Amino acid sequence: MLSIRHIVKQYAGHRALSDVSLEVESGQIFGLLGPNGAGKTSLIRIVNQITAPDSGEVYFNGVKLNQSHINRIGYLPEERGLYKKMEIGEQMIYLARLKGMSRDEANKRLKYWFEKLGIEAWWKKKIEELSKGMQQKAQFVATVLHEPDLIILDEPFSGFDPVNAEVIKDEILELNRKGATILFSTHRMESVEELCDAIALIHKSQKILDGRVKHIRNSYRNDTYLVEYTGPQLSFDGSQPFEIIGDTISEDDSHIIRIKLNGSHNSNDVLQYLIPRTRINMLQEVIPSMNEIFIEKVNQIA
Amino acid sequence: MNKVLLIIQREYITRVRKKSFIIMIFVVPLLILAMGAAIVLIGKNSNKLSSLQIVNVIDNSKLFEGKLHDTTNIKFVKGDQDLNKAKATSKNDENISTLYIPTDYMKKGGVQLFSKKKPALQLSEEVEKQMNDIAINNSMLEHHIDPALVNTIKNTNISINAVEITSTGDKDANIGPNIAVAIACSIFIYISLLIYGGQVMRGVIEEKTSRIIEVVISSVKPFQLMLGKIIGVGLVGLTQFSAWIILSVISSKIAGQAFNSPASPMSGILQTLQTIPFGYILSCFLFYFLSGYLLYSALFAAVGSAVDSETETQQFMFPITLPLLFTYMLAVSVLFRAPDSPLAVWLSIIPFTAPVAMMVRLPFDPPGWQLALSMAMMVIGFLFTTYVAARIYRVGILMYGKKASFKELGKWFFYKE
Repeated sequence: MLSIRHIVKQYAGHRALSDVSLEVESGQIFGLLGPNGAGKTSLIRIVNQITAPDSGEVYFNGVKLNQSHINRIGYLPEERGLYKKMEIGEQMIYLARLKGMSRDEANKRLKYWFEKLGIEAWWKKKIEELSKGMQQKAQFVATVLHEPDLIILDEPFSGFDPVNAEVIKDEILELNRKGATILFSTHRMESVEELCDAIALIHKSQKILDGRVKHIRNSYRNDTYLVEYTGPQLSFDGSQPFEIIGDTISEDDSHIIRIKLNGSHNSNDVLQYLIPRTRINMLQEVIPSMNEIFIEKVNQIA
Repeated sequence: MNKVLLIIQREYITRVRKKSFIIMIFVVPLLILAMGAAIVLIGKNSNKLSSLQIVNVIDNSKLFEGKLHDTTNIKFVKGDQDLNKAKATSKNDENISTLYIPTDYMKKGGVQLFSKKKPALQLSEEVEKQMNDIAINNSMLEHHIDPALVNTIKNTNISINAVEITSTGDKDANIGPNIAVAIACSIFIYISLLIYGGQVMRGVIEEKTSRIIEVVISSVKPFQLMLGKIIGVGLVGLTQFSAWIILSVISSKIAGQAFNSPASPMSGILQTLQTIPFGYILSCFLFYFLSGYLLYSALFAAVGSAVDSETETQQFMFPITLPLLFTYMLAVSVLFRAPDSPLAVWLSIIPFTAPVAMMVRLPFDPPGWQLALSMAMMVIGFLFTTYVAARIYRVGILMYGKKASFKELGKWFFYKE
């Protein structure tokens, strides 16, 4: 769908992107992660053809990015706003027409969206009469009104209250189910695990990690498990197939330990060792969260 | 190109729909009309008094008795009462005044006119005039001069008819109305360049501060947006002018019928005004407005893109508007007196000053080659400023929180895409 190849972007004072390459597959929800100032917005602006890279290329469905692709991309910038003095319905139609839609079609689609979000009454209102949350909803509608194949959202959840953020999240998922590819940037890792199929991590203008979320997390598995058992607290003599990390957490006669497998042992070996000695309530693999991976990766670089 | 049309449409419609725009269309010609009407009415009214005035003349010098003649509104009566009694009558009736002429009437402030209210200017003027005439006549008789002879001599009235020799034949060159038109044109073009250029700038700032700019330029190129805005606002200006011209033509027709009696002093002015080729001046005005507007509004747009709020524009606005202000001040003070001086010629060829300077020179028929050169320079000028402005604009609109300076703008100009 979107292939970003060796992008370099240099600004007067600093380098925003150095040799960044990404592949976004069709139908994916792709998360662009990184701390503030890492270069996410610069990259997004290049895909939107707002700025051009110093070197490198972007391909859209195998074709080098050009003006004709503008109508197939919907963009919600991080810094949002609309014409304050313009009526909202008229404004949405204007923005959709700038994306190449006909007036009638835009009108029809807008009615559908306004009904869907329950905001039909806003049509004749001016933006300045709406609350901030309402403006954000309107802006989201403006982003997707022309039914883009690729929807680019820069920090989509910032500025939304929790209720509206949930509404927008559901809409994003639905659009994705209907076939739209979604590229969004965020510095909030929580939203990544539940939404994204794939991610790329950008730090200090460089891509330091990318791939499917599942694969990445799997590659960060380090044979660590949590075990909960009931009974008298066990003591280990070193013959067990694992090592204890940290302290035992005890409550009444149930204990939780954190273990790391030794050598080529697997979780079955752990169970085989423990079953004769105590009663096991739980054995759970500890997979680092994206947040932990993110922090670990960033710290490695620093 | 289709997208530029959409932008033009939006810029135009949102502005034309504003109440202030519609009000301005009617208010400005009405104001001009009202001013004209007020001047004419005041002129007419001061010609006559509202009602008949009776003037009681108490003439101690005995020189004016019987010689003051009545006019349509003033009737002189010989008063033989004493002064205090006459003053009492005047105090009661505002239509009766008392004229007191002491023996030494030549002394300043000696002659007095008593009325209940402050006497109408016309009444005191009429009395003054008649008394002067009588006194002069008396003096002439004293010195054995024939007043009739003096009157014929005094009627001598030479007026100069300025005639300009041109290739197409001699032409009346009454320069009074020309100066008026020249100054009016330069004021008008100066004000409209500032007004509409300012609108473009505010429009750019609005888009930048409301942050819609990034959404829009993900759909169109910055240059298309800038161009659309400039053209849209320019069309608003043209609409306003056309409305004003149509309304003034209509209202001046009406006004002409109401006030244009042959005796009125206005008709003389109107007649000389008609010798000015308005069609020619109007088309030149439109050209200089449009090209000057394109030239300046591009710069205004660049300034708008560089700042975060209108208050920050000051440092840029001053140097940009300086050539306009400078020419404008020269235009209303010096240029119209010397429309063919080297200064005037140069100013009318340099694109930044030409709109104002050439408008001043136009009613004085500048040579054709100068007009052509000036127009060509205007076209080159606005192409140049638009190019420069577009390069600054495309960077500026995405820059936030950076205090822009001229040095910074220079850097932006050289940025790659």
